[in-house]
Amino acid sequence: MNKVKKASSQLTRRSVLKASAGIAGAAALQAPFVARAQSSESLKVGTYGGYFQDSFDAHVYPDFTKDTGIEIESIGEPTGEAWLVQLETAARAGQAPADVSMMAQVPRLKGQNSRLWAPLDEAAIPNSRNLPDHFAHRYEDGSISGIGAVSWYITLVTNTDTYPEAPESWKVLWDPANEDSLGLLALVTNSFLLEITSTTWFGGTGILDAEDGILQVMDKLAEVRPNVRLWYRDEGQFQQALETGEIPMGQYYHDVTGLAAADGQPVRSTFPVEGGVLDSGSWSVSKASERIEEAHVFIDYMCQPSIQSKLSRFVGTAPTIRRELTDLTDEEFDSVASDIPPILPRYDIYNARGDWLNQKWSELIVG
Amino acid sequence: MNPRREPALWPLALFPCAALTVFFVFPFAIMLAVSFHRRVEGGFFEPAFELSNYLRFLTPFFGKILATSIGLAATAAIIVVVAAFPFSYILSRMRRRAQSVILVFILSVLSLSEVIIGFAWSTLLSRTAGVGNLFHWIGLVETPRAYTPGLVSLLLGLVYLGFPYAVLVIYPAVSRLDRELPEAARMSGASPLRAFASVTLPIMRRSITGALILVFVFTLGAYLLPQVLGRPRHWTLPVHITDQAIFQSNIPFAAAMAMFLLLVSLALVGLSLIVGNERQGAST
Repeated sequence: MNKVKKASSQLTRRSVLKASAGIAGAAALQAPFVARAQSSESLKVGTYGGYFQDSFDAHVYPDFTKDTGIEIESIGEPTGEAWLVQLETAARAGQAPADVSMMAQVPRLKGQNSRLWAPLDEAAIPNSRNLPDHFAHRYEDGSISGIGAVSWYITLVTNTDTYPEAPESWKVLWDPANEDSLGLLALVTNSFLLEITSTTWFGGTGILDAEDGILQVMDKLAEVRPNVRLWYRDEGQFQQALETGEIPMGQYYHDVTGLAAADGQPVRSTFPVEGGVLDSGSWSVSKASERIEEAHVFIDYMCQPSIQSKLSRFVGTAPTIRRELTDLTDEEFDSVASDIPPILPRYDIYNARGDWLNQKWSELIVG
Repeated sequence: MNPRREPALWPLALFPCAALTVFFVFPFAIMLAVSFHRRVEGGFFEPAFELSNYLRFLTPFFGKILATSIGLAATAAIIVVVAAFPFSYILSRMRRRAQSVILVFILSVLSLSEVIIGFAWSTLLSRTAGVGNLFHWIGLVETPRAYTPGLVSLLLGLVYLGFPYAVLVIYPAVSRLDRELPEAARMSGASPLRAFASVTLPIMRRSITGALILVFVFTLGAYLLPQVLGRPRHWTLPVHITDQAIFQSNIPFAAAMAMFLLLVSLALVGLSLIVGNERQGAST
């Protein structure tokens, strides 16, 4: 009850932010810029602009400054790989638009390949022991390139007016009855539709190991094309269409959909029997940063069970630490995660065959 | 005015020259250089001199996308000019005050970004909040439907975007047009249509060509409208350039595609100017 209230009081402001973030994000695309590094005393922390940044500004940074005395300068990142490009370009000029950045896994791996991230000292992050191993990302020599910050699920979402019954399986995406009514993510690297398709129709993501397997999965995925009305790059564009029923079904973020539903929007998020897609963001530190020590303090602070529980309650993300360490109730846990085994993204294939995949993907979508 | 003072003015030209060099020539040179750099897959890029980025572009897939981009921009430019010419003509015959009000309104559209225009049109053409409901209410259609995404909605957006530019180019020429010339043609027995075709149109040819080129080049760069109002098959080359640069961090390939787009549009503009000059040469 309390949570719902909080969520809805956040939501009026949130929806405005969401819409403006969409526009600001698109505007940022129009004129990609490299943020100027500032020589201030504070630690610059980048999170996705809009909802994430706003939530961290409200619920995390003030307490962090109170506890550690370190001031935070909050930076809004564009999603996708735009931020990686800016960090790379700036680092070449010896500048860091942000000291610590929340990075999605594919850009984090790419940054790792070009050694963009400063290696982190595990001893200075004792709380990192709370995280399962797959959330501690390492260079080949074992030093840490990134630490799990938040995780979230991509699930099957529907408009409850158009679909009174919740769908059960990802297979509904292929149902001819849903012609021209889906909204799917437009990029191979953030939609994870290859993983969804292979888990739904080919018994798991193992088939994606080889190129001919990937092509087989793509052929299957090509069958959904007539059902897709919108391949979206901007979240705001799809969320609005989902809420109005303009595009009544698609893939979207579990937490955001839950918050919209709590605010009275006719939307629902369903974990299909095949599982939701578990994606995550990591904290990584630019090698151009001059505040490495403060960055360690910040990352350690974020790995505490109390902070992870707080993020689940206030930001709606799934915890990156083991469930038993958190003090989340079942209801709180269900609103951000699920016990159905998740579909784990195959970041390795995007890293190893990125350009090939991207080319085939473009051909698949453009048709 | 005084010829003795003229030499003192030339240093003033240094500033625009320097600004052009710093803000245009340098970035362009960097982009040109990057287009030959080596893409490091799963990483960023490193300095090199390779043609692979250009070779990757030379495939039927990208050829089709280039053709789509040019086709869309050309269609939009033609529609815009066909609409803007009579509009400007009628406008120039109106009272001064009315002209100013309408011009200010038209020019204020220039202050809207592609994002706003795209989302406004997508709402206007949607099933749940769009004109379909109006048609349904009037009784034209049985159930409201969406008119977006699609080719027509995309063209509407592009035309809306380009229209003010065409008016900007055509209106001054139309308002300077000597009305006695078509009248003389009429008095010599030409029909209004013939007077228009053989007298007014040739006088206006330069500004019409100018407007066509301006709108063509301008809409060729559109990348947001195709995403918001079009289907994937209408995604233009700039959409794919953005994908490569922003989402795939493949800056060398994005730069090579941008160079290609630039060369093709320059070639088309050059060609249209040559054809225009030849015709002018033939008619005089």
